[in-house]
Amino acid sequence: MALVLTEEQSMLRDSARGLISDKAPVSHLRHLRDSKDPTGFSKELWHAFAEMGFAGLLVPEEFGGSGLGYVEAGVVMEEIGRTLMPSPFLATSVVAASALSRGGNAAQKSEYLPKVSNGSLLATLAIDEGAKHRPLQTSLQAVRAGNGFKLSGAKALVVDGHVADLLIVAARTAGSPGEREGLTLFLVSPRAKGVAIERTIMVDAHNAARIEFANVEVNADSVLGEVDQGGALLDGVLDIGRGAVAAEMVGLSDEVFNRTVEYLKSRKQFGKLIGEFQALQHRAAELYVDIEITRAATMKALQALDADVAKAALGVAVAKARAGTTATRAVQEGVQMHGGMGMTDQFDIGFFMKRARVCEELFGDANYHTEQLARAREY
Amino acid sequence: MSETESAELETFRSETRAWLEANCPPEMRKPATSDGDVFWGGRNAKFSSEPQRIWFERMRDKGWTVPDWPREYGGGGLSAAEHKVLRAEMARMGARPPLSSFGIWMLGPALLKYGNDAQKKEHLPKIAAGEIRWCQGYSEPNAGSDLASLQTRAESDGDDFIINGQKIWTSYANYADWIFCLVRTDPTAKKHDGISFILFDMTSKGVSTKPILLISGYSPFCETFFDNVRVPKSHVVGTINRGWDVAKYLLQHERAMISGMGERGVGRPLGQIAADSVGTDALGRLDDAMLRGKIANFDVDEAALAACAERAVDLAKAGQAHPAFSSAMKYYGTELNKRRYEILMSAGGVDALEWESERSKQGARPRAWLRTKANSIEGGTSEVMLGIVAKRILDLPGA
Ligand SMILES: Cc1cc2nc3c(=O)[nH]c(=O)nc-3n(C[C@H](O)[C@H](O)[C@H](O)COP(=O)(O)OP(=O)(O)OC[C@H]3O[C@@H](n4cnc5c(N)ncnc54)[C@H](O)[C@@H]3O)c2cc1C
Repeated sequence: MALVLTEEQSMLRDSARGLISDKAPVSHLRHLRDSKDPTGFSKELWHAFAEMGFAGLLVPEEFGGSGLGYVEAGVVMEEIGRTLMPSPFLATSVVAASALSRGGNAAQKSEYLPKVSNGSLLATLAIDEGAKHRPLQTSLQAVRAGNGFKLSGAKALVVDGHVADLLIVAARTAGSPGEREGLTLFLVSPRAKGVAIERTIMVDAHNAARIEFANVEVNADSVLGEVDQGGALLDGVLDIGRGAVAAEMVGLSDEVFNRTVEYLKSRKQFGKLIGEFQALQHRAAELYVDIEITRAATMKALQALDADVAKAALGVAVAKARAGTTATRAVQEGVQMHGGMGMTDQFDIGFFMKRARVCEELFGDANYHTEQLARAREY
Repeated sequence: MSETESAELETFRSETRAWLEANCPPEMRKPATSDGDVFWGGRNAKFSSEPQRIWFERMRDKGWTVPDWPREYGGGGLSAAEHKVLRAEMARMGARPPLSSFGIWMLGPALLKYGNDAQKKEHLPKIAAGEIRWCQGYSEPNAGSDLASLQTRAESDGDDFIINGQKIWTSYANYADWIFCLVRTDPTAKKHDGISFILFDMTSKGVSTKPILLISGYSPFCETFFDNVRVPKSHVVGTINRGWDVAKYLLQHERAMISGMGERGVGRPLGQIAADSVGTDALGRLDDAMLRGKIANFDVDEAALAACAERAVDLAKAGQAHPAFSSAMKYYGTELNKRRYEILMSAGGVDALEWESERSKQGARPRAWLRTKANSIEGGTSEVMLGIVAKRILDLPGA
């Protein structure tokens, strides 16, 4: 498989870019932030998005989706990264849609997937509990009770947690934190008794929530996949999410970089364009190379996911690790090379810096994924 | 890709795999450990071992010393997709290249694009068959990074040029049979406009070489002197005075080649090599947490670069490549290869310091470490590569 977009993928990119840059430039996020919008994204835009087939991009055609792949999802994520458009796409259309179509039984799929496709159902994965991404450390307990389970524990950084209609909750049905065995995924209604949701206003002004579960009762039908055997399902779904976030970070890095290079070509000091200074030229060139390398690694990871999710872990770890490092550098250089302007809220660069920080933590930072590679290579 | 195409490619893959399994001697399935273990071809070539000879001859006979060149020039005639499959299959089993050659990496591509029919027929098959070893006469004492300021002159004398001047850093000039050389054919023209790209035999009267000793203890390159060397004008590749175009095109290939140096992804993982000397802790992890972290960071970057190298080829095939992209790759690849050897030296500890002994294969590791320092100098320095990216790709101002 060539590491370039096919014609169809380029067309998809163009149409996503058209819609996003037109309807949701960075000022859109700024407006949502400043007006303290209770939803945190534009419903109108989300429906337009769904009508164009993006919401159900990963959903199989038999459930009303377009049955495309992870490369295509990455194409859309990259465009989202360019304008930082807040949208349920990552949580619902990528992560939750994958969890449902990979782990769901026939009844679950036909109940939820059509609604995901048409944009009427928002869903999200609730995984992390501590400050850092440590999926195996899941300690939220699900104990058997009657015909079902009772869930108790808490989750942090649940993307779109306060607007979701469906929570996919990682819980421990056996074993202890740190173990892969004994994890189970549950489909939980946010309106179930005992669920307490607190929207967390984060640095990047995107949606996230902390959620507490106090003896929340769910029935046996709400198990996604097999009881105690959720580890493999979770691995795959997380890797899909990681690949998507890496793509968002590529878009974000590229956009900050383009803005920075434009600034180097227009800002004058000492009677010269600052882009004439070799110290800045070389730093810009290094960053360009970093971004190209990251783009290639991310494409490779997404293609590997399309080929076989179960075998894509290493490529995904490389992509997410690289994307984290590159995005961090891109936003830091972006602010630095814009000088004082870069520090002002009025200027957009800061929005990218904040989003990059969040993306870095989402589904594991560069250190986490670098460690995964070292372990896989057994040293 | 259509279904028949991908089915054909899968057939090609399984046939290639089977052929390689049957034909690549086990000794040739690991990276060469020293330069003496690399086969460079040429009139005076000697094989360092029987497996090396067998492997070279079998690959040559299939046209796989230059798999993507046309068959009429001794190549394998493979499509880009097939070539990618062959490379992947060779990497999978750790098969080393059967022939290393500036003719393959640099001159060949330039001849394919700029050479006339006679030049292609004359030189390409000999490159493919490893019969002629080439060297590169670009740099001069006062023309390194500023290559176009070169002064070696070629004066017209009927159907010939008479060449006088000096080159420096000419790798393997003392082993090479022929040279591809940049000469000034119009001293009155602007810097880039009076240069020609010319080929000649190193045994021509008036050519002499003097080796230069390197910090690695080897002397793979030379000062090269031309004293009234007579060369037919028909040996000019491309148009007279337009040699800079050929020179630049060749440099793209040289840079792409240098960026790929280092045993990317083949052999044992670096972390396991390090564990041999450093040891492991109770959890089986490298017993030096900082070193382990550095290696893991390196592994991430190396894997990402490998993806980018693959993509560079795919972009070129799709006609979407920026001509200066090889400078970006060259910069990153060489800096990474230097990092690799810093890690290997650090991992080897005092064992890696041994310079002359059987045990150390005559200091293979420290010599290789020192050699990598040239990666970010040869073929254009890292600073020059960044300058090219800044100006040609990013279009930043200032000449
Ligand atoms: C192992 C090896 C093999 C080689 N093989 C060959 C060969 O086969 N044939 C051949 O012709 N040549 C060969 N070379 C020569 C090589 O191409 C030159 O050494 C190289 O281009 C640098 O030129 P220089 O050595 O004159 O350094 P200089 O050009 O003098 O550079 C000195 C320093 O100044 C920096 N510098 C120069 N210009 C700029 C600028 N504009 N901006 C910022 N920094 C700058 C450089 O980056 C470098 O750090 C080889 C070199 C090595 C080390």
